Amino acid sequence: MNAQTQIGIPHEKRGGPPILSLLKANIREYAMYIALLVIFIVFGAATNGLFLSPRNLTDLINQTGYVAVLAVGMTIILIIKHIDLSVGYVAGFMGAVAAMLLSRGTHVLAVIPIILALGIVIGMYQGFLVAKVKVPAFVTTLAGMFIFRGCLSRVTTATGTIIVRDTVFRSFSNGFIPDWFHGNGIHILTLMIGVLGALAVAASQFRSRRNMRRYDFKVSSPSTFAGTLALSVALVIVVFWMLAHYKGLPWTAVIVGVVLLIYHFILSKTPLGRSVYAIGGNTEAAELSGVNVAKVTFLAFCSMSLLAALSGILYTSRMASATPTAGLGFEMDAIASSYIGGVSVSGGVGKVTNTLVGALVIISLTNGMNLMGVDISFQYMLKGAIFILAVAFDIISRRQA
Amino acid sequence: MHRKGDTARSEPPSARTEPSEWLLEMRGIVKMFRSVRALDNVCFAVKRGEIHCLVGENGAGKSTLMKILSGAHPYGSYEGDIFYQGRETRLNGAADSEKIGIAIIYQELAQFPELTVYENIFIGHELRDGGVINWNRTLVEASKLLERVRLKVNPRAKIKSLGVGKRQLIEIAKALSKNVKLLILDEPTAALNDDDSDNLLCLIRELKGQGVTCVMISHKLREVLAIADTITVLRDGVTVCSMDTRAGAVTESDLIRNMVGRSIDDIYPKRAQSQPGDVLFALRGWTVYDPMSEREILRNVSIDARKGEIVGLAGLMGAGRTELALSLFGNTPGYRLISGSLEFKGKLARFAHPRQAIDAGLAYVTEDRKKNGLVLIQDIRFNATLSALRKLTSGMIVNGNEEIRAAEGLKKALNIKAPSVFQVTGNLSGGNQQKTSLAKWIFAKPDLLILDEPTRGIDVGAKYEIYTLMNQLVEQGMSIIMISSELLEILGMSDRLYVMAEGRIVGETSARDASEQSIMSMATLSGRDDRTTHDQTREETA
Repeated sequence: MNAQTQIGIPHEKRGGPPILSLLKANIREYAMYIALLVIFIVFGAATNGLFLSPRNLTDLINQTGYVAVLAVGMTIILIIKHIDLSVGYVAGFMGAVAAMLLSRGTHVLAVIPIILALGIVIGMYQGFLVAKVKVPAFVTTLAGMFIFRGCLSRVTTATGTIIVRDTVFRSFSNGFIPDWFHGNGIHILTLMIGVLGALAVAASQFRSRRNMRRYDFKVSSPSTFAGTLALSVALVIVVFWMLAHYKGLPWTAVIVGVVLLIYHFILSKTPLGRSVYAIGGNTEAAELSGVNVAKVTFLAFCSMSLLAALSGILYTSRMASATPTAGLGFEMDAIASSYIGGVSVSGGVGKVTNTLVGALVIISLTNGMNLMGVDISFQYMLKGAIFILAVAFDIISRRQA
Repeated sequence: MHRKGDTARSEPPSARTEPSEWLLEMRGIVKMFRSVRALDNVCFAVKRGEIHCLVGENGAGKSTLMKILSGAHPYGSYEGDIFYQGRETRLNGAADSEKIGIAIIYQELAQFPELTVYENIFIGHELRDGGVINWNRTLVEASKLLERVRLKVNPRAKIKSLGVGKRQLIEIAKALSKNVKLLILDEPTAALNDDDSDNLLCLIRELKGQGVTCVMISHKLREVLAIADTITVLRDGVTVCSMDTRAGAVTESDLIRNMVGRSIDDIYPKRAQSQPGDVLFALRGWTVYDPMSEREILRNVSIDARKGEIVGLAGLMGAGRTELALSLFGNTPGYRLISGSLEFKGKLARFAHPRQAIDAGLAYVTEDRKKNGLVLIQDIRFNATLSALRKLTSGMIVNGNEEIRAAEGLKKALNIKAPSVFQVTGNLSGGNQQKTSLAKWIFAKPDLLILDEPTRGIDVGAKYEIYTLMNQLVEQGMSIIMISSELLEILGMSDRLYVMAEGRIVGETSARDASEQSIMSMATLSGRDDRTTHDQTREETA
C-alpha cells in the first residue's frame, strides 16, 4: 500500500500489451531506473569495467552518502513548495565545527549529538523566518548561504584546513561494518544482510501485489511479475556480493539506510507525512482541513538543517578534514537529486526512496566522468543538461497523465 | 444618432451591410460547462448610444455572457453568433475585443497598485515614439483623460493610495484611452458608497452623450431603473425579457418578478418536520475588519443555529457570507476581530486555527472545491480522511487498511461515482468532487456544518443527493448553516434564514414566510434609505 503514487491503473483503462501499459502508467518512475542502468552500462564499457568494480562501487556509495542525506531532507522541502539553498554551507560549517571540537579533544560520542543539535538550531532559525515571519524560503536560505559560508570561514580562518585524526569519526565515511565470521576474503555478514535485504524486497513486492489485487487494481501478468521480482532480487544480491568481495558494507550505507527508513516511514505512514503531501498539493485546502501549515513547515526546515549537519559529518569524515570550501555546490546536487528522483516542480509529489536513486544518478555521473578523466567543466555542463532533461520530461509526462 | 462604422474591415459574406441601430447583437448563444447549460439560447441586443442594464440572480449567466463578449470564452467554445456593428464577429481573446472597441471593467479591478495612475491608464498600449515610451506625452494624455472622467487626482499618484471609487474611474479612463465604443461594467457600484456611486452613474450618462454605448450589470435595482434606457433580464441562462424604459414605466417589482418568476417544485426533498432543539451556536455583534482591503467586512452580525436545524444565509455575492464563515473557522485570512462573541455548545469559543474549530465540532465546506476544498492531485481516500486522520491513527501510524475501509464507507454513503477510492480527485466530475469534499467533513462528525454554496456548478442529480444527505444529517441532530446565492435552494432547504448585505444581517425570517421577492428586495437593499456608508476606504494621500 503506497500513499503517494497511484499504483497501477484501474481496470477500465486496461488495453494494449500488459507490460507496455504498466510501463506507460509508471513511466516516470521507470525512466529513472533506465537512466541509471544506461549510466552504469556506458561507464562500465568506457572504463573497461573499472566503474563496476567492487572497489569503485564501494567508493560510489561513500560518495553518495553525504548528498543522499541532504537530498532526503530537500525532498520534503521541495514537496511543500519551498527551497533551501543554505544546506551546502550549513553542512560545511557543521563539519568544520565537528573537526574543531575533535581537534580540541572532545569525545566523538559527544561531538555527534552536539553537531546534530546545532543543526536543529539552525533549522529552527530558518524555519521560524519562513513559517512564522513568512519570509520566502528562497530569500531566507540565500541569506543563510551568506551567513553560514561566513561562519565556515570564521571557524577555519585561524587553522586553515582542520585535520581529523579520530578513527571512529573517520570510519563513518571510510569504514565498514565488522565481520564477525572471518570469511576467507569474503565478508560473510555483508552477504547475510544482502540475503535478508533480498528477502525483504521480495516480501514487499508480494505484499503490494496482493494489496493491488484486493483493491481491484490491474496487476502485471505472473510472468512479468516473476521477471521484475527476479531482477530486483538479483540486483540486491549482486550489489552485496560485490561489496562482500571488497571490504564489506560501508558504514555510510548503514547511516543512509537508517535515515531513509525513518523518512520513508514518516512520509508514508504518519499523519505528519500526510500533512506534507497535503500542503504540497493544496496549501489552502490543507490549512482549512486542520493541517497546521506553519508548524509542518517549521519542522521541515528543522529536519533539513539536521540532515545538513549529518551530511557535514559524513563529508568531513570522508575527507578526514574540514576545509574552508567544504559544502560548495552541495545544494545543487541535493536539489537535482530530488528532481531527478521525481519530486514534482509544482509540489505535492515525491518519494525519498526515489530521491536516493536520483542521488545515485548524479553521483554516478560525477564518479564515472572522474574515472574517465572528463574535465570538470564538461562534467557541470553534462550534469546540468541531464537535470533539465529529467525535469522537462517529468513535466511533459505529468501533463499527459 | 448613428455613428460612422469603421470601414477598414472587409465585409464577411453573411453579414448585413446596412449600419443598423444595433451596435451589438448576440443571437442564440449557448454555453456549456461540462454538462451544465450556463447559457441556453440567449439573445442580447444593444442599440448604439444607449445605456443597457443586464440584471438577473447570481448564476443567471450574466458574467458568462460578458465573458463571451470579452473573448475570455473564445469563439468555438460556445454556439451562436455575435454581430458587432453589423458584422459577424469572432473573438479569440481580450486583445480581439479591445481592437474593435469593446472594453470590460470587472468588479475585481485588474490594476497594478504599485504603479502610478498614468502608468496604469496606458499599460499594455503605451504611447511610443519609435520603440521608446514617451512619458511626457503619456502624462499629458493621462491628464486629459482624467479630466474627461472628472477625476481630480495627481496622475503621478500610486494606484494603491486611491479609494476604490477613484480606481473605478481610472479604469474607465483607461477604456477611453483605447477609444472604447462599447463599455461594459460588471457591478461597478457594488463596492462603492453612495456618493461614489452617484458620481459614477453621472459619468456614465455623460459618456452616453459623447457617444459611448454602455452595458452595466448591477444588482442594485434602483440605480438600474434610474439610469437604464433598456433593461434585459436573464434567468437560468435564458433571456426572459428586454424592456425599454422609455416606452413605459418599469417598476422594481416588474424586475424582481422577471428575475425570479418560478415556483418551487419537487427538487427539494422533504424531511420529517421536527422541533429544532437547543441553541447550539450563537454569534453576537460580530464585527470584523480586513486589513487587506482596509475596510470593515462584517458589522454587528448576530445569528443563531439550533440543533437539528438548517439555517440559510442568503445574499448577493460579496455580501460577506464567506468572510463570516472564514472569520469563525480559524480565521485563516487573518482578519482583525473588532468585537463580538461566539457561543458554541454552551461555551464561549474563539478559534485561532481551523484545527481548533474542527476539534470543537465545527466544519466548513468551502465555496470553491478546487481552490481550497480538495487536494486535487491526491485520491479520494487521501482527501476524505484528511480533516480527521487522527481517528485512524494509533501510536504514530495511520492504519492504512482502516483508512481504506473508512473511505470506501464514505464513498458508498455519499454515492461518489468512481472506480475506487484510489481515484485521483482532479479527474472526478464537479458533483463527485463536491461529494468528496463533503465526505471529508462528514467523516469528522461535526456538530455544526457550514456549507458554502454546496451545489454550485453541479448537475441536478448530484444536487438532489446532496439535499437528501443534508436532510439525513439534520435528522441525526447535526446543525447546518447553508450559504447559498440560489434563492430557491435557500427557500427549499432552510428552516429559517438570514439575509446578508454589505457585511450586515438585513433580515431574518422563517423559510415558510419568505418568498424569493422578499429575500431579493432585502438583499439588494431596495427600500432602505437609512444606509450608512460603511466603505471607509483610505483616500488619496499622494
